Amino acid sequence: MMQQQLQEFISYFEDSGLADNIRENDVLFPLIESVHVVAICLVVGSILVVDLRLLGLASIHRSVSRVTSGILPLIWSAFAVAVASGSLLFISNATKYLGNGYFVAKIVLICVAGLNMAIFHGISARDLPRWEKEAALPLPVRLAGGLSILVWVSVVACGRWIGFTMQVR
Amino acid sequence: MTDLGLSELCKWLAATPLSHAIQTAGWIIPTLQTIHILSVAVVFSSAILVDLRIWRLLERDVPLPDVARRFLPTIWPVLFILLMTGSLLIVGEPRRSLLNSTFYLKMALLAVAIMLTVGLQRSISSSPNFWDKDRGRRMAGQFAATVSILVWCGILFAGRWIAYTQAG
Repeated sequence: MMQQQLQEFISYFEDSGLADNIRENDVLFPLIESVHVVAICLVVGSILVVDLRLLGLASIHRSVSRVTSGILPLIWSAFAVAVASGSLLFISNATKYLGNGYFVAKIVLICVAGLNMAIFHGISARDLPRWEKEAALPLPVRLAGGLSILVWVSVVACGRWIGFTMQVR
Repeated sequence: MTDLGLSELCKWLAATPLSHAIQTAGWIIPTLQTIHILSVAVVFSSAILVDLRIWRLLERDVPLPDVARRFLPTIWPVLFILLMTGSLLIVGEPRRSLLNSTFYLKMALLAVAIMLTVGLQRSISSSPNFWDKDRGRRMAGQFAATVSILVWCGILFAGRWIAYTQAG
């Protein structure tokens, strides 16, 4: 029952004129893909700045909140572009993407990254003012930074592997 | 003549043991591409962060020289990783890039991006308020930052487009 509704929901987008255009047009797919790559690169590069600070490997002379507040607008705007362009690529071949293990893994990993961030903000960063100016941060904070790097590297790897395991056209 | 030379070079490269090894193990090319893209992410983000600071869109409360010193030096060692992974990708599939005009466009844009970054780094280290002396300098800085953003985006676009324009 749920499965069928999901199927209908997905085919609604996949059968739309927009999805059809992205599928058939020679320029549209690579164009959206390029925007997606630019956005992902900005997301990964700017999150890395925060992660390296949490690990105590870079920007150690600035407090954590200064590093994050400076770069957060860029992270979120790039992430919004990545999601928007990614969704367009997805609806062009939704059924095939959902059947691809690397695509599913990529989505799960992005959720893990979000969860990691939520846990960091909700639990580990509650007493942030107490330690945020130090170079070496508490272990849970460093773990959050390290896990974030691992997860985003895996997201990029999965993204690249989709291209080798799925025939779009 | 040049084309013939290039395709001879491709043939020779493709016949090397290294190229064979890269072609035979299916995981090597995606792995190299993943490292390549992650390195692109670092270089690209570093350059863009400084460009956005020149436009005063980020880190406004931090002087430009501080932002430049924080991000620009990272570019050079990571560019070396890009050179290594990129070269290995060419050895693995020489025709994909060496016989592809998009690849040469990407390299030309890269040369421009490198010159812009070197110029920016040098001007800031020679005098910290180089881009902040007067209105003209500020506008010149913003112009250079805009060109830099466009050229870096062009490099990424061309990189993706290599896959779509490769010789058959």
